[in-house]
Amino acid sequence: MSVNAESLMQPNQKNGLFSWLKTWLTTVDHKKIAVLYLFGGGLFFLIGGIEAMLIRLQLTAPENHFLTGSAYNQVLTMHGTTMIFFVAMPMIFAFMNAVVPLQIGARDVAFPFVNALGFWLFFLGGIILNLSWFLGGAPEAGWTAYAPLSTEYLGRGMDFYVLGLQVAGAGTLMGGINFLVTIINMRAPGMTFMRMPLFTWTAFVTSALILFAFPALTVGLFEIFFDRLFGGNFFNATNGGNSIIFEHIFWIFGHPEVYILILPSFGILSEVISTFSKKRLFGYHSMVFATILIGFLAFMVWVHHMFTVGLGPIANTIFALATMAIAVPTGIKIFNWIFTMWGGQIRFTTANLYAVSFIPTFVMGGVTGVMLAIPAADFQFQDSYFVVAHFHYVIVGGVILGLFAGLYYWWPKMFGRCLNETLGKINFWFFFIGFHVTFFPQHFLGLMGMPRRYFTYLPGEHLTTLNVVSSIGAIGMAIGVITLVVNIVYTFVKGEKAEGDAWGTGRTLEWSIPSPAPEYNFAQTPLVKGIDTYWKEKMDGNKKVTAAEPLGDVHMPSPSIMPFLMSISLTIVSFGFIFSDKGVHRTVSFAVAGIGIAMMLGCMLVRSIKDDSGFHIHKEEIIETEKGMSK
Amino acid sequence: MSKAENVETIPAHPETATLEGKNKFIGFWLFLGGETVLFGTLFATFLALRNKTNGGPAAHDLFSLSTVFAATVILLVSSLTSVFAVMAMRDRAVGKMQFWFLITVLLGIAFLVLEITEFKEYLHEHLGYSTSAFSSSFYTLVGTHGCHVLFGVLWISTITIQAFKKGITTVTAPKYYVASLYWHFIDVVWVFIFTVVYLLGIAGR
Amino acid sequence: MKKWRQSLRLLPLFLAALALSGCGKEGVSALKPEGEVAKEQASLMLISLLIMIVVVLVVGFLFTYAMIKYRKRPGQEDYIPKQVEGNTKLELTWTIIPIILLCILAVPTISKTFALSDNNTSKKSDVLKIKVTGHQFWWEFEYPDQKITTAQDLYIPVGKKVEFDITSKDLIHAFWVPALGGKQDANPGQTNHLWLKADKEGTYKGRCAELCGSSHALMYFNVKAVSDKEFKHWVKDMKAGMKSAPDKDRVLTASAKQGEEVFKNNCMSCHAVGNKGGQIGPNLTNFADRDNIGGFEKHTKSEVKKWIKDPESIKPGAKMPKFGKKLTDDQINALADYLFTLSVKQ
Repeated sequence: MSVNAESLMQPNQKNGLFSWLKTWLTTVDHKKIAVLYLFGGGLFFLIGGIEAMLIRLQLTAPENHFLTGSAYNQVLTMHGTTMIFFVAMPMIFAFMNAVVPLQIGARDVAFPFVNALGFWLFFLGGIILNLSWFLGGAPEAGWTAYAPLSTEYLGRGMDFYVLGLQVAGAGTLMGGINFLVTIINMRAPGMTFMRMPLFTWTAFVTSALILFAFPALTVGLFEIFFDRLFGGNFFNATNGGNSIIFEHIFWIFGHPEVYILILPSFGILSEVISTFSKKRLFGYHSMVFATILIGFLAFMVWVHHMFTVGLGPIANTIFALATMAIAVPTGIKIFNWIFTMWGGQIRFTTANLYAVSFIPTFVMGGVTGVMLAIPAADFQFQDSYFVVAHFHYVIVGGVILGLFAGLYYWWPKMFGRCLNETLGKINFWFFFIGFHVTFFPQHFLGLMGMPRRYFTYLPGEHLTTLNVVSSIGAIGMAIGVITLVVNIVYTFVKGEKAEGDAWGTGRTLEWSIPSPAPEYNFAQTPLVKGIDTYWKEKMDGNKKVTAAEPLGDVHMPSPSIMPFLMSISLTIVSFGFIFSDKGVHRTVSFAVAGIGIAMMLGCMLVRSIKDDSGFHIHKEEIIETEKGMSK
Repeated sequence: MSKAENVETIPAHPETATLEGKNKFIGFWLFLGGETVLFGTLFATFLALRNKTNGGPAAHDLFSLSTVFAATVILLVSSLTSVFAVMAMRDRAVGKMQFWFLITVLLGIAFLVLEITEFKEYLHEHLGYSTSAFSSSFYTLVGTHGCHVLFGVLWISTITIQAFKKGITTVTAPKYYVASLYWHFIDVVWVFIFTVVYLLGIAGR
Repeated sequence: MKKWRQSLRLLPLFLAALALSGCGKEGVSALKPEGEVAKEQASLMLISLLIMIVVVLVVGFLFTYAMIKYRKRPGQEDYIPKQVEGNTKLELTWTIIPIILLCILAVPTISKTFALSDNNTSKKSDVLKIKVTGHQFWWEFEYPDQKITTAQDLYIPVGKKVEFDITSKDLIHAFWVPALGGKQDANPGQTNHLWLKADKEGTYKGRCAELCGSSHALMYFNVKAVSDKEFKHWVKDMKAGMKSAPDKDRVLTASAKQGEEVFKNNCMSCHAVGNKGGQIGPNLTNFADRDNIGGFEKHTKSEVKKWIKDPESIKPGAKMPKFGKKLTDDQINALADYLFTLSVKQ
């Protein structure tokens, strides 16, 4: 029943496709949901990557006619929206699902059912958004969807944006609450808050940010939705509305959102660097403190995205200083990582290459962040390619490098096989060098007068050379990603079997159990004795972590199709509203939406009436499984 | 968790007796934290737009204190009755709990009827959804609250009916508890709406 | 180690790319500032950049040293490094030093932010007021004290403080002239303020910096900084042009005369010449004097004809309808001839 290459790649011969499909559609196992998130996010990553290549292709020459006007804006909007909401977010949830319960010694998350629901909402939200390509055009107001462009000037594509994000956002919010409760309530005995691995800490703070940031997005999207569908006046200046309100709402969500993305990467880095330096994390306490502080400050700085809106020098300065303050906890983290390596014994596996390359790259993105925080200078930077360069340095050079480090690091734990190191290194070097070649020149393009979201530039403005360099770099990144895909396929077919402690220097609880983790995670709930408890046990000469309970039956939640059906219901609601043109047509589409809502309520009713008593894995079965598994 | 559990073996606080119960308890509190941000954002939008009447009717032209006051009293009393229901649940008195939940639901329905009549009246006085930025933000804020009340009515009705069959166990107790928590939250939001939308609308121009 | 060498190898590539393009084109690039505001902003960028380079170098040095010194060497399999918990002194150091650096940076940040937003403090006679209105996808410039309305080409006197009141007719745009200074958003229903000053005569390229639809990338305008004398002359000419109706005082060829008729019948509902005509499209009083068609295309008759026939082939999403089928080629030729007589230069 565990996740492994065979069960993932091909339907079981005996039971056929149907049973394979059933397993994945109904699973509530956090390890399987992690795989779903990983491959869902991976699929959208490829789509978003193709969109990025189209953008670079168009900008390779001045006055290029490959992708202009509305078409370019669609690709640009979908690239940003996809990468943020349907790549970075699910990848983060993939690792949170795969790792957090194992790191805290839990058998599952607090709400396995809600966990599955969160995934399906994310996935169908992404499908809704991407179907716009085939149903009248994609959204084209940028991932920020500023009103009134998004409310009064654009077509149905924007409805896809609003409803796709609304559905996916609901899933994200559920995921956030789920992990908060999991971490608060389900830690193994002895796993105090200050003994939690740093990745779990960042997952915790990220979930808190999700909880308090996403509802603001929900409201912002609803207001766009009501303006578009029911003639609301939130953002219509002629009828008394005010479009600046949307900018505030969007960035009250949007700024925490980028920290939601980066914090788990910080956590992954802390794990990977420490494991491959054979050393405990330097300054654990200050790392935890810095994470919490960054999370807190995330809500205090949104106006730095709006310096040119005209809020006045007082507001601008206050938010500028708050923004600069974030550099301090971030700096603490950077130095702590370097001093984790200091005096250690560093092994440059692909995972660690990604992790260490994060440090200089993210520092570069960080320092341009401080530069952007100066309002008077930001008047020049704002909405130019300088900003594009900055946020790609922190999101690709930060979030994605961190996620790739996590991918190589935890792949053996998730699938029982190690990704190929040779291919991994080719993957890394192409991606890393390609990344810098793509985005470093963009700093200068911005200062040389090129605004972002421009589908073309004029010849004779000296912008051509650097744009060409940037496009060449993008090819490098593409080769890197293709190598990764090849590596994944190769590993499923021929990959080396991984041991429980796949890297030999694992420190946290997930490495104390077999790879891949059995369905019940821990045969016996572990007793945690300190930070890096597995490392401590190994140093004390123990092969296994001390157990906190005798071996016994393990209670598991039952699989359920309900999360998938609920998500389908909300998809139906979405399509009802997306196709609600004014007039007669409207009654039909509203009826469709109504049916969707009724289905949703029906599912909830069934869920309320039918109590899930779950099932038990018996002691004997566990002993049998543990014997058969590689240790 | 098994059906064998009878009234005598249930602990004093059945809603947090099991890990699942504790999870629901904390999870729901956190969810209400998110809901607070949701309503906070709606309130902020409303406050920014409440004087933008675009030539249409303004707050002080429309609102009558008596209807809103009645609505407030109804909701506050329903909050109290839901407390009685939870107290009855802790006393393992299924019938009593159902009775108080029923009263809560009826009061919720009364509130909704009052709100719908009120909205009808405003529409009659030409405050449509798209009349002005004030009207859009007003209907959205108060309407979102109304939808929450409606959902609460449906939810509490469902679990109250189920109580006939399932009684009070460590599985069902968290559900009753969480539903009443939700109901309190809705009441608190209404108190803010009463103050910020209605009192401020009538008094402070 | 390997990584370090790799990035070293990349360095010349970046430098070469930079050298090739210089710091951008004069009149376009924020790195070649030509006005007080842009210069202040460039110096602010430089200060912050220097501090940041120090940070990058320190981190880079420690990082590289740690990576090389402490890499795993063959035969060390059994070595267990000392498990260091932390070091309060070190941790305090890298908390306090960044705070000091930020405090240093905060001083110019605060002072410059207030200084550059300083508006309406100079004497009225020392400043030129211009009202800027963003439209999809062109710019309207109004000189309220001079009673001049024009579009696309913005005339300003060198050395004088110019105060802009920026707003928008439709959705959010942003007014940006990189070589003269930073940008301000043009919000519908609100007015923002910005001041700029040009130190040198010349043409500076302006653009829209907030996504505003299909032709966001083509919403260029030209800022023409001229000497004070020349500016006064232009104001006089423009005022005369604004007052006189299009049919007066102009010697027109037969074709241009025909074009004028075409213009009156087809174009004047949206476009004004002088003070006659609609306000929906750009005012064309000094059309013939402008540098570009639509803010960026070559200013030739053939381009203008292309524009009239199908504006969207040049600016996707442009509001002007296609006249390619409505008007005959003859009429369009005549119209182009007429438009090229619209000059206020005496």
